[in-house]
Amino acid sequence: MTLVLGISDSDLAAATGSDAALRRFLFGLPGVDQVGAEARAAALGTRSIKAQTKRDMIDLAISMIDLTTLEGADTPGKVNALCVKAQHPDPTDQSAPHTAAVCVYGDMVPYALQALGPDSPIRIAAVATAFPSGRASLDVKILDVRDAVANGAHEIDMVIDRGAFLSGRYMQVFEEIQAVKQACEHAHLKVILETGELQTYDNVRRASWLAMLAGADFIKTSTGKVQPAATAPVVLVMLEAVRDWHAITGKHIGMKPAGGIRTTKDALKMLVLVNEIPGEDWLSPDLFRIGASTLLNDLLLQRQRLRDGGYSGPNYVTVD
Amino acid sequence: MARIEYAPAPESRAVVKLRRQYGLFIDGEFVEPASGEYYATINPADESPLALIAEGGEADVDRAVRAARRAFTKWSKLSGAERAKYIYRIARILQERAREFAVLESMNNGKPIKESRDVDIPLVAAHFFHYAGWADKLEYAGFGPNPRPVGVAGQVIPWNFPLLMLSWKIAPALACGNTVVLKPAQTTPLTALLFAEVCQQAELPAGVVNIVTGHNQTGAAVVAHKGVDKVAFTGSTAVGRQIAETVAGTRKRLTLELGGKGANIVFDDAAMDQAVEGIVNGIYFNQGHVCCAGSRLLVQESVAEEVVARLKRRMQTLRVGDPLDKNTDVGAINSAAQLARISELSDSGSTEGAERWSSDCALPDKGFWFAPTVFTNVSQAHRIAREEIFGPVLSVLTFRTPAEAIEKANNTQYGLAAGIWTEKGSLILKMASELRAGIVWANTYNKFDPASPFGGYKESGYGREGGRQGLAGYLEADHV
Repeated sequence: MTLVLGISDSDLAAATGSDAALRRFLFGLPGVDQVGAEARAAALGTRSIKAQTKRDMIDLAISMIDLTTLEGADTPGKVNALCVKAQHPDPTDQSAPHTAAVCVYGDMVPYALQALGPDSPIRIAAVATAFPSGRASLDVKILDVRDAVANGAHEIDMVIDRGAFLSGRYMQVFEEIQAVKQACEHAHLKVILETGELQTYDNVRRASWLAMLAGADFIKTSTGKVQPAATAPVVLVMLEAVRDWHAITGKHIGMKPAGGIRTTKDALKMLVLVNEIPGEDWLSPDLFRIGASTLLNDLLLQRQRLRDGGYSGPNYVTVD
Repeated sequence: MARIEYAPAPESRAVVKLRRQYGLFIDGEFVEPASGEYYATINPADESPLALIAEGGEADVDRAVRAARRAFTKWSKLSGAERAKYIYRIARILQERAREFAVLESMNNGKPIKESRDVDIPLVAAHFFHYAGWADKLEYAGFGPNPRPVGVAGQVIPWNFPLLMLSWKIAPALACGNTVVLKPAQTTPLTALLFAEVCQQAELPAGVVNIVTGHNQTGAAVVAHKGVDKVAFTGSTAVGRQIAETVAGTRKRLTLELGGKGANIVFDDAAMDQAVEGIVNGIYFNQGHVCCAGSRLLVQESVAEEVVARLKRRMQTLRVGDPLDKNTDVGAINSAAQLARISELSDSGSTEGAERWSSDCALPDKGFWFAPTVFTNVSQAHRIAREEIFGPVLSVLTFRTPAEAIEKANNTQYGLAAGIWTEKGSLILKMASELRAGIVWANTYNKFDPASPFGGYKESGYGREGGRQGLAGYLEADHV
């Protein structure tokens, strides 16, 4: 395919030349039909996952988790426990893979670093930019990012300014993401769209492209503080965006659903979407993450069931 | 990591208890055919025999029509509310036994279980529920204050949606107070025979529903029988024409739901990902064995290349195989004869100069299979653009303006269904008003609802099934 959506690689550079050009570009993207997108997501939700496929997918899902604690009540002790869990999710079974990352507030990064050690394969992701509302001046947001990076965060999860997006100030959102990207230095940038506030799939698609144009390494659905969060149709629309971006540029942008994914079934449905929309390249923690806290225990319970042939129970996974 | 290969997830066959042999269902019980002859019905996915089916002849049809006539006297006199009780009961039993019906339908027809389970059987139950609701409201249906049933309905149905077509025929007939003699397709009689058991379970009065199995001549005998007051047929245009000739000059009423060559029209401003889904659903749903299939894709030239590229990419993810596997998207072709017809027409497409492309799916060794196929560079003059293929074969044509799209879409002997894909509402309304098709879908395809009338223009037949309009074929309007 030379052209995707009638867009060539050089059109992307021109798209951000001015406010008007950016708006034209975003509104030139094909619309998303709500009924059709929801029907497609629901149809993929009926895929039946059995036997070895299920075992493999559960382990893959565990290895993709950004194990998260984002509470006002977070303490060094809580973060330490989270890190231990990320390293050894199942104390009864060392073969369980570790998670991809832990996800904490910026001030908790040093404790996570201490708990995991400098050589850990587990990444430390910090939420920044006045998470979760994003309501602060750009200077404050940049300081927030720099602080987290200085503390040792490998990944920054920023939120976009939904107010600016919804009032049509796309260039402002774009420039803010660019500025944050610069402040990230070597850290990977995940851009949270907060799809529950964007409401329409057309908005989700436009925000996805806006974030990719501005330099996002990952696009992420939600903060987890707003419902609905990572619904299947939203994930579908965002995966279509990274797929099309790749077709135009040859570059892989990652995708992270977060919020509301609590059960193994939910997680496996996400992997089915990945499998059938952008395809195999994205079946890796490098390009697909699941932001979750309680999901891990359900995956472990299902893993134990497949191993032992029966359900163990909530006391056989750790409460952290 | 490689693409995830889903482990087999077959639906259990244990839920289906097949008898070795099935008689004809006449006057409330299964009886031997007069000829004593039976034929084997098979599973098209592996050609294994499933059961022996009675070959009904003229004598059997006569017996069935007489039973229906006897039953008519009482059934037509029951109050609408009383008839509704039976029809509701049938609908509930169908829901309770849905899995059994879904598995059996997939075994005998070859369609994927996800379709028989999620589309066919739920629609069947919905159809009975819908018409049960009409039974006591017929005086408000617009046919006068006291509309009366027509009498005995002779109904002949196809193999593509065996039980669904049965429900489209039987539910309105019964609701209006008629009795029926139904002839299922020769290759797919099993769910109709299981339905006969449901009639017994629901204690439907004997003779109200009669099911006579057999080959073409059995159907011809139903149509020709002098005791039949109304003929309803769904199937090919060729057979429909013969039936119209048979019925001409008799007192019989006739409704025909025949072939189609539906145009699925994609404009350049369409929601592209959903349009691609709609194209796939339009032609690969039920292996393309759908009279209203979107078998002609009319795509605006400015986006044609990209739509086709996206379509092919999507087609590579279609899973073709065991119909009983819950992850199968495209199942088996229903019969060797149909496979031969699809192959012949597809070969003509290549010979006439269209460009053929099929997805790289592995096809099982046994059974009847055809890979999802798309033809590009198709012109209106090609056979594959004019004749109904009734298989998973799409012909892609292009257009430049809405006027050209309408002209091309209407340039067919058929007129059953069409689809429109655009984000512009006013264009949908304009197109829908000018398309000569009985069903026009906008930004969706192959969506069915019992409340919505279904039927065609031109050689796609006449009469409507479904909704209030579907009652017309089964009622004598009264102008007291």
